Amino acid sequence: MTGLYVDIEKKLKDMVLRVKFEIGDSDGITGILGASGCGKSVTLKCIAGIMKPDRGRILLNGEVLFDSEQGIDRKVQKRRVGYLFQNYALFPHMTVRENIRIGVQGDRDRKDHLTGKYLKLLRIEELADREPAKLSGGQQQRVALARVLASEPDVLMLDEPFSALDYYLKEQLQIELLEVLKEFPGVVLMVSHSRDEVYRFCSRIHVLEQGRIVAGGSTREVFENPRAVAAAKLTGCKNIVPVKRLDGHRLEIPDWSLRLTLEREIPDWVDCIGIRAHALIPVTKAEAEEDRRNVIACNWDKLLEDPFEVTGILQEGIWWKMSKERWKRELGGRMPEHLRFPERSILLLQSELSK
Amino acid sequence: MDMTPILISCRTAGAAGIITFFAGIAAAKLVLAIRRDWFRILVDGILTLPLVLPPTVAGFFLLYLFGVKRPLGRFFLEYFGVKIAFSWGATVLAAVVISFPLMYRSARGAFEQVDENLIFAGRTLGLSEWTIFWKILIPGAWPGIVSGGVLAFARGLGEFGATAMIAGNIAGKTRTLPLAIYSEVAAGSMERAGVYVWIIVAISLLIVGVWNLTVLRKRKR
Repeated sequence: MTGLYVDIEKKLKDMVLRVKFEIGDSDGITGILGASGCGKSVTLKCIAGIMKPDRGRILLNGEVLFDSEQGIDRKVQKRRVGYLFQNYALFPHMTVRENIRIGVQGDRDRKDHLTGKYLKLLRIEELADREPAKLSGGQQQRVALARVLASEPDVLMLDEPFSALDYYLKEQLQIELLEVLKEFPGVVLMVSHSRDEVYRFCSRIHVLEQGRIVAGGSTREVFENPRAVAAAKLTGCKNIVPVKRLDGHRLEIPDWSLRLTLEREIPDWVDCIGIRAHALIPVTKAEAEEDRRNVIACNWDKLLEDPFEVTGILQEGIWWKMSKERWKRELGGRMPEHLRFPERSILLLQSELSK
Repeated sequence: MDMTPILISCRTAGAAGIITFFAGIAAAKLVLAIRRDWFRILVDGILTLPLVLPPTVAGFFLLYLFGVKRPLGRFFLEYFGVKIAFSWGATVLAAVVISFPLMYRSARGAFEQVDENLIFAGRTLGLSEWTIFWKILIPGAWPGIVSGGVLAFARGLGEFGATAMIAGNIAGKTRTLPLAIYSEVAAGSMERAGVYVWIIVAISLLIVGVWNLTVLRKRKR
């Protein structure tokens, strides 16, 4: 059996971390999405053996790394787990070459060979004799990655890999990192608080909130149908509101004084809905009068302009966003008078996921 | 002019400095490895005690333990044929005990300041604890360790109270520079005391100079 199996419980300062998931070798990159303090870094640290869970089991490629019942707790050194630290944790008094070389197992030839190989792969050969403090953030990240890869771990874990980088560097580095990670033969697990990052990188994600996994599955699926309010929020849904289910096809939203009618059947567990700010469709007065269903009249409260995007907030607190180019072309740069909730974009949500 | 105090002081401070340096580092590492909070605080308190006690009190305890008729003193005498109290060894013992807390505390602080992620990174890379200690922890803590070593050496050189208690003030044997200065002044010879004073001032200035150099190097990094 190859892959990573995690089922652990650990009491933290203000919550209990309870996570259970399984990642296959061929799953591509798996992500854990969560706000800071949700327990995602602790999860990685438990897998690596830096922290110890109170209870549970961790298996890697069929081997038991941790099992509280059998009293198994393998040493970090024996777990063969690669860990890319958020601050990279490069050894400051060693050169780039020494940083990479120290983690390579085996004789001198093998050390030379693998050090050279990864210096080349990450295109940092010309930095080999420099000290980490003299490198840029992006270069440090490459060194850290080369160091992890050269130690040939069975699983690779990335802790917020881009949080320490300048905004304008990020995209280029993300593309490069993705190229390198594609070649990695084992499980790749990454944690991040950024929905953009996990969406780009991960084929599967688990959404973690307050120590609990509130959604999981293929990334697209989770973004399209998060089901849990917490998951909807973390995937960037701006408009989330409690609803009253009137019957199988109708919802009432007291906060927005609005009723929605849906073609599809509304399950009885629905107590909230969400709609992404980009999904609301501007309609003219005439269009709104022709079909009054799922339309709200706009009383604009705030207007925000970014270089390439416009954001409006209604009195009810509903967010609407549109690319500026479309806004100018289709609406002549004016705020819409009505917004329609397209059925397909309405996320049916549950505020408290049962276990 | 009796030159033996200079020689005795240098030998004592040198020997004590080396012992304290390694013992302090080892103690810092061991104390940090203690998991139980209350036990760590207790051990830390005992190791720091000589720093806050009056040196004569520390000397009293040493005399109590290593006196010829006391358990440890008798043990050393009977099994090793070594008489500790009032020998040159006693000056080293006194200097070690008094300067040890400075080394221990400096090393401990230096270890604690090393980014723990570096240690974790070392472990995930499969490095042994031994390699991590020598190649990551010691180099990372080095400026603080050197600084502590210099401080401890200086304290050992200036040791008076505990030395007087356990080693006495035997000319040519246990009379170190601080004791010699005291003796000369007590005998009314300010001039001779003055020579010793200038020698110890010169050595101390040298130490401060070396110390500052290490601190400056640390800042440059």
